This record gives sequence, C-alpha cells and structure tokens, in this order.
Amino acid sequence: MPAVSKGDGMRGLAVFISDIRNCKSKEAEIKRINKELANIRSKFKGDKALDGYSKKKYVCKLLFIFLLGHDIDFGHMEAVNLLSSNKYTEKQIGYLFISVLVNSNSELIRLINNAIKNDLSSRNPTFMCLALHCIANVGSREMAEAFAGEIPRILVAGDTMDSVKQSAALCLLRLYKTSPDLVLMGEWTSRVVHLLNDQHMGVVTAAISLITCLSQKNPDEFKTCVSLAVSRLSRIVSSASTDLQDYTYYFVPAPWLSCKLLRLLQCYPPPEDGAVKGRLVECLETILNKAQEPPKSKKVQHSNAKNAILFEAISLIIHYDSEPNLLVRACNQLGQFLQHRETNLRYLALESMCTLASSEFSHEAVKTHIETVINALKTERDVSVRQRAADLLYAMCDRSNAKQIVAEMLSYLETADYSIREEMVLKVAILAEKYAVDYSWYVDTILNLIRIAGDYVSEEVWYRVIQIVINRDDVQGYAAKTVFEALQAPACHENMVKVGGYILGEFGNLIAGDPRSSPLVQFNLLHSKFHLCSVPTRALLLSAYIKFINLFPETKSTIQEVLRSDSQIRNSDVELQQRAVEYLKLSSIASTDVLATVLEEMPPFPERESSILAKLKKKKGPGAVSVNELEEGKREGGELNGGGERGGDSSAIAASNASTPSPSADLLGLRAGPPVTAAAPSAGSLLVDVFSEAGINDDGFLRDLEPTTESSDSLLAEGPGDSDSAPPSVVSEDPTPLPESDELLNKFVCKNNGVLFENQLLQIGIKSEYRQNLGRIYLFYGNKTSVQFVTFTTTVTCPGELQSQLNVQSKPVEPLIEGGAQVQQVINIECLTDFSDAPLLNIKFRYGGALQNLTLKLPVTINKFFQPTEMASHDFFQRWKQLSQPQQEAQKIFKASHAMDTEVLKAKLLGLGMALLENVDPNPENFVCAGVIQSKAQQVGSLLRLEPNAQAQSGEQMYRLTVRSSKDTVSKRLCELLAEQF
Amino acid sequence: MQFMLLFSRQGKLRLQKWYVPLSDTQKKKISREVIQMVLARKPKMCSFLEWRDQKIVYKRYASLYFCCAVEDQENELITLEIIHRYVELLDKYFGSVCELDIIFNFEKAYYILDEFILGGEAQETSKKIVLKAIEQADMLQEEAETPRSVLEEIGLT
Repeated sequence: MPAVSKGDGMRGLAVFISDIRNCKSKEAEIKRINKELANIRSKFKGDKALDGYSKKKYVCKLLFIFLLGHDIDFGHMEAVNLLSSNKYTEKQIGYLFISVLVNSNSELIRLINNAIKNDLSSRNPTFMCLALHCIANVGSREMAEAFAGEIPRILVAGDTMDSVKQSAALCLLRLYKTSPDLVLMGEWTSRVVHLLNDQHMGVVTAAISLITCLSQKNPDEFKTCVSLAVSRLSRIVSSASTDLQDYTYYFVPAPWLSCKLLRLLQCYPPPEDGAVKGRLVECLETILNKAQEPPKSKKVQHSNAKNAILFEAISLIIHYDSEPNLLVRACNQLGQFLQHRETNLRYLALESMCTLASSEFSHEAVKTHIETVINALKTERDVSVRQRAADLLYAMCDRSNAKQIVAEMLSYLETADYSIREEMVLKVAILAEKYAVDYSWYVDTILNLIRIAGDYVSEEVWYRVIQIVINRDDVQGYAAKTVFEALQAPACHENMVKVGGYILGEFGNLIAGDPRSSPLVQFNLLHSKFHLCSVPTRALLLSAYIKFINLFPETKSTIQEVLRSDSQIRNSDVELQQRAVEYLKLSSIASTDVLATVLEEMPPFPERESSILAKLKKKKGPGAVSVNELEEGKREGGELNGGGERGGDSSAIAASNASTPSPSADLLGLRAGPPVTAAAPSAGSLLVDVFSEAGINDDGFLRDLEPTTESSDSLLAEGPGDSDSAPPSVVSEDPTPLPESDELLNKFVCKNNGVLFENQLLQIGIKSEYRQNLGRIYLFYGNKTSVQFVTFTTTVTCPGELQSQLNVQSKPVEPLIEGGAQVQQVINIECLTDFSDAPLLNIKFRYGGALQNLTLKLPVTINKFFQPTEMASHDFFQRWKQLSQPQQEAQKIFKASHAMDTEVLKAKLLGLGMALLENVDPNPENFVCAGVIQSKAQQVGSLLRLEPNAQAQSGEQMYRLTVRSSKDTVSKRLCELLAEQF
Repeated sequence: MQFMLLFSRQGKLRLQKWYVPLSDTQKKKISREVIQMVLARKPKMCSFLEWRDQKIVYKRYASLYFCCAVEDQENELITLEIIHRYVELLDKYFGSVCELDIIFNFEKAYYILDEFILGGEAQETSKKIVLKAIEQADMLQEEAETPRSVLEEIGLT
C-alpha cells in the first residue's frame, strides 16, 4: 500500500485548498477563488505551452472550485486535452473533470467521444476502465449513440479482463436507462445471462444489475436467468462463511450478490420446474433458519448484512404469495423484529409487514401483532416509525378489529404530528366507511374526526358523511341527534357547523319532537355559531335556514327577521347578500307547495367510488391503496352506500332534476309558476340562481382565489351536489396565476414597494431592493380576518426556461398566521441571464377549514437589474448608432393612459432604474435614458428614447417608445413592460 | 442508487456523486433539501427516510454524514452497508480517514467510489480488489511524476 502523505501529487492544489479553508468569510473565499481563476485563465491563454502536469493541476483546481459550488465556464478544452495524455494520472483527472462537469456543447462531446474510442481500443485495461467509467458517469444520449454497439462486444469477449467486464456491464446498464432504444442485446442475450455463472464474483455482482434491469423490460428473453440465479444463490447460501474469501462481509457470504439474486427472482413468477423451485424454497428456508441462529459477530454490520438478505428473501416470498408456510414464518420473524432494540429493524419490520397483511395466507398472522403495533404507534420516538405503524394498522384492519384500530387511530390523532394528520384523517374515514356494520358507529367516528382534527378534515370527508347519511334512512335520525349534541360544545370546529347545518336542514324534523331539540332550539343553536363562521359556511347556514322555514313553519318569522337584518341583506359579501335576499323573497312569495317542492329532501346519491379513497390514492401515489379495496369492503360489509331504494319516489326524482346544475326543463316549469312571476319579474333568474350549483359563486371571493375552474368539476361532482352546499374550494396543483396578476406585475415595474395583492382575507405587501444582478424581496403576508390561517405555505417557482435564467431562493414562512397578524418572508434573487417571464408565487393556506390557493406573479422584471449609466449627448448617439441592427431595436407607438405630466414621467423613468439623461435629445420634449442590465452571464447595455406627442392627429395623446440594446430579447421585453406604464 | 452525498455536521458538502441526469440548479436544490432534512434528525432515529418517491439512507461517521438516495424498492439495509464498505475503503486507503483527507484528496475519494460503485450499482464489493486497483493507479502516478520545486508548485515561477 503506498503511503499517502498529504500533498503528494499536487502541492499547488493542496496550498490552494488550505488557502480556501483559511478564508474567514465568504467574501474572502470568493476573492481568493477569483484570483485563482484569473491565474488559471492566464495560464491557459498564455503563449507558453503548458506541460501535462500543470494542465492537470489547474484542471483539478477548477474541479475543486466547481465542487465548492462556484460556476466554471472554461477549462473544458484543457480537460479534454488531458484525455489523450499517455500519463495515467493526467488522463484520470481529465476524465474526472468531464464526468463531473459535462457540458452539452456538442463540439466537446465529439472530442470526448474520440478520446474514449481511442482508450476503448487501446487494449490497456486501466485505460479501458477509465473510459467506461466516464461513459457510465455521463451516460448521455450522444455517448449511447457512439458506444451502445461496442460495449456489449467488450462485455462478452473471451479475452476481456474481469475488471473491464464489470465496468462494461454497468456502463451498459446506465446507457440502457437513458436510451433503451439504442441498447440492443439481441445476439448477446444468452451470453450476458451466462455471466451469472462467471467464476469471478465481482463480474457476477456487476452483471446481475444489468440482467435485472433488462429482465424487467423483457422478461421472456431473459427467463433462463431464473435457474442460473437459483443455483448461484443456493451455492452462496449453503457456503461456509469463509468459502467466499473477500466476498464474505462480516461473516455473511456475499450479501450484495445475494440480495441482487433475490431481487432478480422477483422479476419472475415462481419457477415452474419442480427441481428449481425445490432448491429455491430450500434457500429461502435456510435464510429464515439463519435468522434464528445466534449471531456470529456482535457488529451491527454483521446483523445488517444478514437481515438485508432476510428482508429481500421475505420480499420474494411475498412476491410469490403462494407458500403459506413461508409466509407465516416470515411474519413471525418480522414479529420478533417489531420489538427489536434497533430502530432500523423496527421500521423495516413494520414496512414489510404492511405488504404481508394483504396476503390471504398471512393476513391472520399479521393481525396477531396488533397490540405491538398499537404500542409502537403510541411510544415510538421517531415520527417515521410511527408513520409505518399507522400504515400497518391500516393494512391489517378488517371487520374483526376495525373498531379497535379506528379507536386507536383516533386517539393517536389527538397528538399526531402535523405532517401526517391529514393522511391519518383520510385513513380513519376510509376504514370507518369500509367496515361500518352499524352506521351510527360510522357517524360517531366521522364526527369525532371533525372534533379532534377538524382542520385536517378535507371536504371529501364531510361530503362523504353527508352522502351516506342521505342514502341511509336508518341513520338519519341518529345523525341529526348526534350532530345536534356535538354542536352544543361551546367551541366546535367549522366543519362540524357545516355538517350540522346540512344534516339539521335535511333531517332536523326527525328530532324536533323532543322539546330539548325543538325547531327553535335547533335554529338558535345553529345561529349561535353563525357569526364565527367563514363566508362559505354562512352561505350554507342560510340555506339550512330556508329549509327550516319549509320544515317548521313556526320558525318562519324568526328566520325572516334574521334574513332581513342589515348584516345579511346588506352584507358586503355578494354571495351572502344574494342568498339572504333570495331566500327572504322565496319564503314570503312562494306558496307552501312550491316551497315544499323546491326544498324537497335531497335524493339519494348515485353510488360511486369513495372520493376519500381517491384522494388518499392521489396523496400516496399509485399502488399505496389497492384499487379493489373499497369493493372488498363492500363484499364484506354489504351495501354501505346503496342508493336506489328511494329511486322510485317520484318527488325525489323531481327534486333531483331540480337540483341539477343547469337550469333544466323542470326549472323552467317552476319559473312559469304564477306566484313567482306575478310578484317579481326578476324571480326567474332568482330561481335559476338558487338552483344552479356552484355557478352562483362566480362573483364570490373564493372564485377569485381559484383561477382553475376547470379542475373544480371533478371535485364538485364528488360533493353532496345540492344547490345549497358551500362552494368547495378547489385544490389544484397547477399554479395558474390569477388573471389580474399581469396587471399587478405592471404596477411594480417602476416601483419597488407597495401592496402587491389584497382580497377579503389576505393582504400581501412587498418591499424590494436590487444591487447588481442580485435582489432581495420582503413579502409581508397580513391576515385580515380574526381567524388564524393554518398550514400557510408559499412556494416560488420559475416556470419553463425562467428556471435557468433566475435563481430564486425563498426562506420558509411561518405556517400559522394569527388573525390580524402579519408574517414576513425573504426571497433572494439572482439574475443569471436576461429573462421575460416572472416567477410565480403560490400561496396556500387553510382558513376556517377551507383550503385557499392563489398564485401571483412576483414582480421581478428585467429592468430591476439596471445599473444607470450617465453619458454625454455625443456618446449616447454614437452608441445608439452602434446598436442599429434591426433586431436590436424594439419600438411601440401607443396611446397615453395617463396625463402627460413631465414630472410624473421623469419619476417613472427614474424608477425604471436607468439614468435619465438631460440635454441629450435635441428635442427637449423627449426623454432618453441609458443603463446596463447586470446578469451573471453578461451585461446588456440598453438605451431608451420616449417621444411624447401631445397633439397627435387623432387628437389623442400618443407616445413613441424606442428601446435599443445589445440583446434582442431585452429590447423586446423592455418595450413590452414600458408600454404599459405611461 | 440515485445519488450519494457526503457532508459535514455544518452542512458543508464534501463529495457529491449523481447517478441520474440533473441540472446543476436541481442538484444544488436537492443537496440543500436533503442535507437540511438529515441534519434535523436526532441520534437513534432510524436511518431511513421517505423522500419524494425515493428513500434516503444515511449514517454518520464522526463529523461526516454519508447519505444515499435509492429507489423505493431498494433494500435499505444493504444500502447502509454500501455506505459502510465505502467508509472502510476510504479508511484503509488513507489510514484512519478523517474529513480533511477527503477535502484535500477529493479526487482520490471519487476514484475509490468509481471503482466500488458505477452507474449507481455495486461494481466490485471485494475490499481487496478495489484497493488493488487504486494502488495500481498510484504506482502509475509515482512512476510518471518527477519531483518539482516548491516554488514552481505554488505557481511563483
């Protein structure tokens, strides 16, 4: 072993690294780096030809600088030159540089490929390996095109050295992953598969990764690998711990290869050949047996390697899902791990058991561990382990233990980590629905959910409970009674008020016989919550009130009084005002019959997949929840959400039609009804509005917050779907900015501070400062309401090519904003090169349980990076002439949108960031400006001329704006931005 | 494996190896995110984290964190031992490796990693064979190099 003393090799590099480490500040470091870069640049550009050693040293320094996080824009050519050096270490540094800093510059790729080609044909194994490593590290398409044909040949050639074969196999794997169409195994297939028989364990280890990947894509072509893999595995498993020499790791024979063999077998069904299968089962049993043997070493590496194989074997057993004996043994083994002192093992055991729970053979065995898992949920200190425990409880839940598991999950929810609450809520809601035997338990569970974790109960969950209650006659009375009791709590969650409003509005009559819950008591209870609720909930409550008038005529005068009060009928919110006005009219004009028809009990909902399940699937990604789950639940649980019993009821059908979103024929019929037309000519539209679903909310503020109306359809369809439901807030991942965001952006072209956005809930103030190519923005989010915003998150994204033009970093913002409070966020911006789009700022938060989501454009425009340039008249026109190519100029003639006030114009132009040049233009009416845009990549000098024409022919005030700059995109963008300013 | 990061307790990146094509900006973003996440973990917590659709496997050795991102299906424990074997290789090569060895000889750390793992998969798991390959390269280096004056080294001539 050569002595490795520090500083052998390249002393100059070591000195440089020490210097950097001694730098006391970031500035000092940058200074030292810039000095070094200048030095290297001059060396590379110097007349004196550099020798290989110096070139190597400088390339290595550049690499170091790059790895520190700085950009390197030269030296690639020198690195490529090193590739063709005869000296190994020079070549090696060259390849390392290329591997780390690939440049998509095609000229360079061609040169690199040339060097690689030479090395591949050199027959020098160390050179060949270097070249293959480089291909594997870069893995670009150009390289695949150049070498995908050659490498299989090297891989299977009889005279290829083992080390080269290993590199070739993995190199090919990398190329296959990037460009599968270019890697054609064809004739080589069988010889590649037979690498599994290679004498050299290293070759097998490398080749098996390639074979596994190819088998996943073309299982048939590679199926002969199964028997080879089984026999290889069998030899390893039965070998004594010393047989494999250096491939034994802490007394475990070939753990990496064993895991990979077991993984390869998971690409295939159980072997059909009885002998092969017998041998494999034997292997799996041996692995399970070994887990019970006392450890050969106390080192954690020993047990990790051993257990890695065990877990992989269990994965294979689960994959086959055909050997009950092995499945149960696997489950027992995992059961032991559940109480192991190693956190890692507990975590993996919980994870692995989750898949075992879905096998019919081991489901019961998994269930026996319920107490341990519940205990893990309560006592594990690591949230990721608790999460696994919750997953496992969900997976092992069935009819027999549903009540226990749901109860445990509910009690865990009270203290659960915020990060997993929403998912827990969905899981509880699904289990409660899936295994509900009696629906009163279901209703209790969901109401408990709302009570414990109301903020995390999404719309889907409370929609669903309403769908089910409406579809099940037998639970309606119970639901009304329970929700009435729940509402007695002095502080109850807004979601509870929504469910309460809906259910009492529909079924309050079922409990009205009891004097303790008489109609007026019910109404007063609901109305006591009214003033604390958000607008959507109040809207829902107003609908509940009109239903009360129908159900209980004795409440009519009380409710009419409420509707008539100024706080309703003159509410500043149009939606509330409209409902109050319309309901008041409806209650006073419509006859009892009409009222009864309009406000008929809701018809049953068509049976459909639980929207909650869909949501969980979406949240967890495909595969997390089996598609059949709900059907399974149905099979066991019988008709849960069975609609249709009341389908024959003609009044229900009428009401059903009436409540469809579009004004249908029935509605027209209603509108023709004499009482309505006689009294109010506008009542037609009134009724249409009452019945049209979320359409009424077009003017509501929620709409403003949710620009993506298209995506709301699916969610709306999942909702209770009646005319009275509050407008559901739309959860959309697509950050489409608000329609007015362009206008908001334009407001800030010439100024840096002000109010960026404001609606009824939220005000966003902005302060920004720019220096050179850097900017800092302070955003102030103010909560205008008296209710706190929770899970407040903001994300700043750069769409499309902006990503490579701006570097935007935002500090996280406080997730909670108290009512009336303000929080601040700092955003740092670096302009890499010129740009036209603006970064998007997406804001999400929950207000009273409803998710708010809005996207704005952050007012970062190219002119913010202007550096003003003062210059004399002569210079200005000389530069103006220099920029005379047509694409360098952008011009716009436009009407003035504001009065032509010279002082205002000057202030705006100064705000733009350019220097306003006096006495330059021969015409004193005109304005000229000059400035340089600072970006990291380049500086773009820009000149501007604004010519006001106060008396144009049309009699209107016009401007002509001309921008010239050294870059066409800059001229164009500046012109666009400025044309909106005057 | 998708990538491997070595970083200090202060969050300084000491080595980064990417096995999937990503832009420099993405790499920086991911590094920041992963480093922050791992540094927030307390001792005795499990070494595995769900991250995006992948898994992070990490272990701390003295002042350095070794951290790998692997595909969801990958075996966590064997990945943990990949990390350990790499630490062993560094340790054997440098003789009780410390963070400074990796800072000053970063190119060596990359060479050793390339011999051990290629394209994100284990290429050669035998410690002897990997070290032999690196030793051979060092021999070639010694033959090739002629001594130079200190002044020349630091660029003063």
